[in-house]
Amino acid sequence: MPYLGGEETVRELRRALSNPNVQSDPLRYRNTILKVIRTMSQGVDVSGLFSEMVKACATVDVVQKKLVYVFLCSYATLNPELSLLVINSLRKDCQDPNPMVRSLALRNMTNLRLPSLVEYVEQPLTAGLRDRAACVRRVAVLGWAKLHNLQPSSEIDAAVVNELYSLLRDPDPVVMVNCLRALEEILKEEGGVAINKPITHHLLNRLKECDIWGQCEVLRVLQRYRPQSEDELFDILSLLDSFLVSPHPPVMAATLSLFLSVSSSLPAVSLAALERVSGPLLAACGSGSREMRFAAVCHIQLLLRSVPGLLGVHYKRFFCGYAEPAYIKERKMQVLVELVNDENVAMILDELKGYCTDVNTDTAQAAISAIGRIGRSYSDRCLQILTGLLGLKQDHITSAVVQTMRDLVWVCPQCSDTVCLALEGCEETLQDIQGRQALLWLLGVYGERISSAPYTLEVLIDGVRSEASLGIKMELLTATMRLFLCRPAETQDMLGRLLHYCIEETTDMCMRDQALLYYRLLHCGIEETRKVLQGRRSDPSLGVLIGRPAKPVSQWARCFNTLEPLSQGAVEAESASRGSPEHMTYNPKPNADLSDTLSCSHIQEIHSGSDNAMRCSDSSTDGLASSITAPLSLSLSPAVSPEDFEHLWLQRQALHTERGAEKIEVVDCAWIEECVRCPAVLHCSPQSLQAAMQLVNIQTLAFTPQHTLPWRVYLYTHTQRSHSTDAPNTTLILGELLCTGEANQKAGVKKGTADSEAGAEGKEDQLVRKEMVATADRLNEDGQEEEEGIKVTLNQQPRDDDALRQFLTVLTTVLNTLSSEKD
Amino acid sequence: MISQVFILSSKGDHLIYKDFRGQAGNDIVSIFYEKVTALTEDQPPVVMNHKDLYFLHIRQGGLYWVATTTVGSSPFAIIEFLNRLAALVKDYCGSLSEKSVQMNFALIYELLDEIVDYGYIQTMSSDVLKNFIQTEAVTSRPFSLFDLSNVGLFGAETQQSKVAPSSAATRPIQSSREQGGKSEIFVDVIERMTVVIGSNGVLMKADVEGEIRVKCYMPSCSEMRIGLNEEFSIGKSQLRGYGAAVRVDECSFHQAVRLDEFDSHRILRLCPSQGEQTVMQYQLSDDLPSALPFRLFPTIERDNGGRLLMYMKLRCDLPPKSAAINVCATIPVPKGSVSLSQELSSPDQSAELKPQSRAVVWQIARFAGGTQLSALFKLEVPSLSSASMLEVGPVGLSFELPKITATGLQIRFLRLSPVQPGPSQRWVRYVTHSDSYTIRI
Repeated sequence: MPYLGGEETVRELRRALSNPNVQSDPLRYRNTILKVIRTMSQGVDVSGLFSEMVKACATVDVVQKKLVYVFLCSYATLNPELSLLVINSLRKDCQDPNPMVRSLALRNMTNLRLPSLVEYVEQPLTAGLRDRAACVRRVAVLGWAKLHNLQPSSEIDAAVVNELYSLLRDPDPVVMVNCLRALEEILKEEGGVAINKPITHHLLNRLKECDIWGQCEVLRVLQRYRPQSEDELFDILSLLDSFLVSPHPPVMAATLSLFLSVSSSLPAVSLAALERVSGPLLAACGSGSREMRFAAVCHIQLLLRSVPGLLGVHYKRFFCGYAEPAYIKERKMQVLVELVNDENVAMILDELKGYCTDVNTDTAQAAISAIGRIGRSYSDRCLQILTGLLGLKQDHITSAVVQTMRDLVWVCPQCSDTVCLALEGCEETLQDIQGRQALLWLLGVYGERISSAPYTLEVLIDGVRSEASLGIKMELLTATMRLFLCRPAETQDMLGRLLHYCIEETTDMCMRDQALLYYRLLHCGIEETRKVLQGRRSDPSLGVLIGRPAKPVSQWARCFNTLEPLSQGAVEAESASRGSPEHMTYNPKPNADLSDTLSCSHIQEIHSGSDNAMRCSDSSTDGLASSITAPLSLSLSPAVSPEDFEHLWLQRQALHTERGAEKIEVVDCAWIEECVRCPAVLHCSPQSLQAAMQLVNIQTLAFTPQHTLPWRVYLYTHTQRSHSTDAPNTTLILGELLCTGEANQKAGVKKGTADSEAGAEGKEDQLVRKEMVATADRLNEDGQEEEEGIKVTLNQQPRDDDALRQFLTVLTTVLNTLSSEKD
Repeated sequence: MISQVFILSSKGDHLIYKDFRGQAGNDIVSIFYEKVTALTEDQPPVVMNHKDLYFLHIRQGGLYWVATTTVGSSPFAIIEFLNRLAALVKDYCGSLSEKSVQMNFALIYELLDEIVDYGYIQTMSSDVLKNFIQTEAVTSRPFSLFDLSNVGLFGAETQQSKVAPSSAATRPIQSSREQGGKSEIFVDVIERMTVVIGSNGVLMKADVEGEIRVKCYMPSCSEMRIGLNEEFSIGKSQLRGYGAAVRVDECSFHQAVRLDEFDSHRILRLCPSQGEQTVMQYQLSDDLPSALPFRLFPTIERDNGGRLLMYMKLRCDLPPKSAAINVCATIPVPKGSVSLSQELSSPDQSAELKPQSRAVVWQIARFAGGTQLSALFKLEVPSLSSASMLEVGPVGLSFELPKITATGLQIRFLRLSPVQPGPSQRWVRYVTHSDSYTIRI
């Protein structure tokens, strides 16, 4: 903080510095200089004292010298001419017999940052490279880097560069590391220091001599090295293995970065390294320094992207301490959400429940939304907790709960009944904008099931003139329109008032336009309005997944051990928490080309001969979902929850086996098994499979991750055949795709063992990984050769053979398209 | 690579500012402080950025220790650097506070100058640094053995009759050089407990993170041998001896420690350098050898007058001769609690309602083992509903257990060889802190 009267202080200091009595007494002189530095570090501009300080430089007292240098280095750029005076005494010090004085002088000479002094500095720097004392060489080496950056345009002498390269063999490890650093800077334009095989092996052999800072630097530079053979790669990795489990987090992280970049072509090796590093990372999560804990937790989040189940058993390590800062708590909760499985879900939810009433509102809200994310897989338990929290009647908790419920309903429509019941009475507690918006959205979409919905809206409409937030007003308008469609009698009057207000009174154009649009839409008739306003109620992209898809390591390896994971706000998955879910819905973008082929060729094929075929080629999901009136159309509503699916499936399977293999005629349902030959489907990612199915309105409920065997997908859809205007003839189809791949598996294992014998690396876990990769690779080839099919089991109720046949065609085309996509 | 390092007081005063690369302007410090104060939380995120300059900071001794860097730097390395810098400053100045940093700024500039050159860390080992650092530390308070006002006393195993005051180890390492006589060595076994106890009294989680720290004031110390419990075992499989085995899950050592006698006799050998260093770190999860130090038996109800009654019985299960100090229970209470009336079982306790943190803080200066304390809190909560009961808890407990280790780790002996000429003192101290001790209600 600059004082007032800084000038006065400076004047006083000058008087003291130039006082001969002070100058003759070393202790007083030093104390006066101390005062100058203190004033300087408090932010006062003391550059006016430069010439006095230059004089103080000529002394034998090392402490005084150091102090003066601190001053000179800060202000040299402001006084380039006066700095010339210092250079002489500095050059003299470079000849001093004491190595400490030499290194001090050399360091500060290069720290002056004056391009005009370069010519005076070069000679002592050259001499410094050959100095007897290591501490002088350390300074001299870095000095060249400083010099180069002062005049980036001028070429640095090739002889110097060569000398720096030769100093990589210096007995002092710090000199060696400094050479690396200096060469990196000097040769930046050529891509940094040359990392060839001899240099790499030299550096690796001396790694043990360096301290942790040197090790980090060397490991970082070595990331550029590409081993020439697999043997060499494994030699390097086994040499570095002890560093991977180093108790020093910086070394551990740098080693893992190196592992990931060197073995980027061998995913199995990277995965094995991740498993090995999880121990030291967990230890860093319990470090005494909370900043270190934070860094470790952030990096664990990265690891979990590729190995979701990695730390499942250690979930307790991510319970929050009550005194931990909010930023760590938030990250830990994100990790906990990732680690949920059947065994620990009760414990984790119990722990998260405790955080929901935290004093810190951010922590409380983060805990509530974490529970919501877990609710996607374990909805009943989570809804119970969330509903309980509403009883607290606190605005920030209620707001977070309502927002979480909205997001949950969007993903898991089967929760809507519980949510509708819970919403009654919330409006009294809600204060903030986001919470009220969420409530309005829910009232609009599920208005027919919430008895008090019209009254809640009426209160808001009556107070709309005093409402400040535009977002709320817009949401209110849409919600009222939606409610009008399902409960016209109760809503008509208030809708009229609201539209009148929006069109006649409001000054906001956006709002007015929206109201006008709705008004005109109503003129077009109720059916048109319905088509526009009643879109999806749930996110079409997400079914219930068994296990999250693992992302490849290469996706994040680049930002491991950088600041990126620490500074990015929330993880990508957290994004769906603001605004209405529809506004950020899943765009049908599963590989643009894929969607095109599917919607154009195959759907038209099904509906060929129908008048509406042209309409169906519209690739927008909404269009498909609501407007197909073709002879056969598939639809996803009413939704079948996973529980229902399981129940129905088992029931019918039992029936089927009872009756033997012949087709069942009773109970009016069909059970067929077919074989489809499209093995490559196994290798397409769950997302693209799901997206493709979604496009033709087949909902996938559950699937195994890709490459696992047996590979299974469960799906369902409703068929609809409207012959005429009378009631449509609908059936429910449940299906299972199964690929056991037994023959392939054997071949794969054989290949895998052969590999393991040849493997140079003696580590078992790595070998197991290798085998897995080999199996997958093998599968790929076998798939093409043997053409083992996928068994499709379909189950329809009520029976409708034509519809089933048509459905099978659709399914086959989708699967074939996906296969050809893969080829 | 580090561009700048600066130290700010919590009020934003510039204490130390050093620019290593000359690439960013001087106003960076104020930009940082603005960012910190612009946040409503008192705990700003560790990483913040201004354009493409990144700030990393740690909080220690009530100060901000900040380094600026680019996005590609390793956060682990920079956080470790800042932590070690703070530790070095503590070693050299005796203690960490705004005052000590302010008084020793010349020393800190000198340290920074030797540690970092052009943004690259050169060395942080105190053995190397002691040859270069010339400035003497200035302490605010003359060191005195008679300063016994501080409570944090730990027994000294090696010299039963004498007790070193807790401030004994908070003096600059260099002062030994001219004070001459006082060559001392402190070995501290410090453990941090993280415990979660469920509402039914079941232990849900118990973690102990421990370390052995050596603080050496001897100008030249040759070799030191630290003997641990003989039945000390690492991991689950390996058990030694028949007595109460001391077990830890994982264990790691400072690279200077020689372990050739560790497997057979559990002896660590090292040549300690001046200043403080962590010789060994270990952790233990879920399987504590001794009983938990504290149990809480809460009863919470509403009375007819709309008040919330909380009856808390806190039992200390330590061995009878030992005691916990600075025990502090934080009990979250419903929002809108207005006032508190209390009945405490003994006069040396105190309790207070902290409305801004929405909690009742119950403090007990000293809590003897095997005893039980109780307290009745009556809270006036205007809008009390049955749901507000949910807001009570979980209770957080913080405490210090001197002379006790949760894992049972003990130091059998501490030998210096060859025997030091002149008077030398060896101190062994044990302490267990609560990292996070949570009891759900």
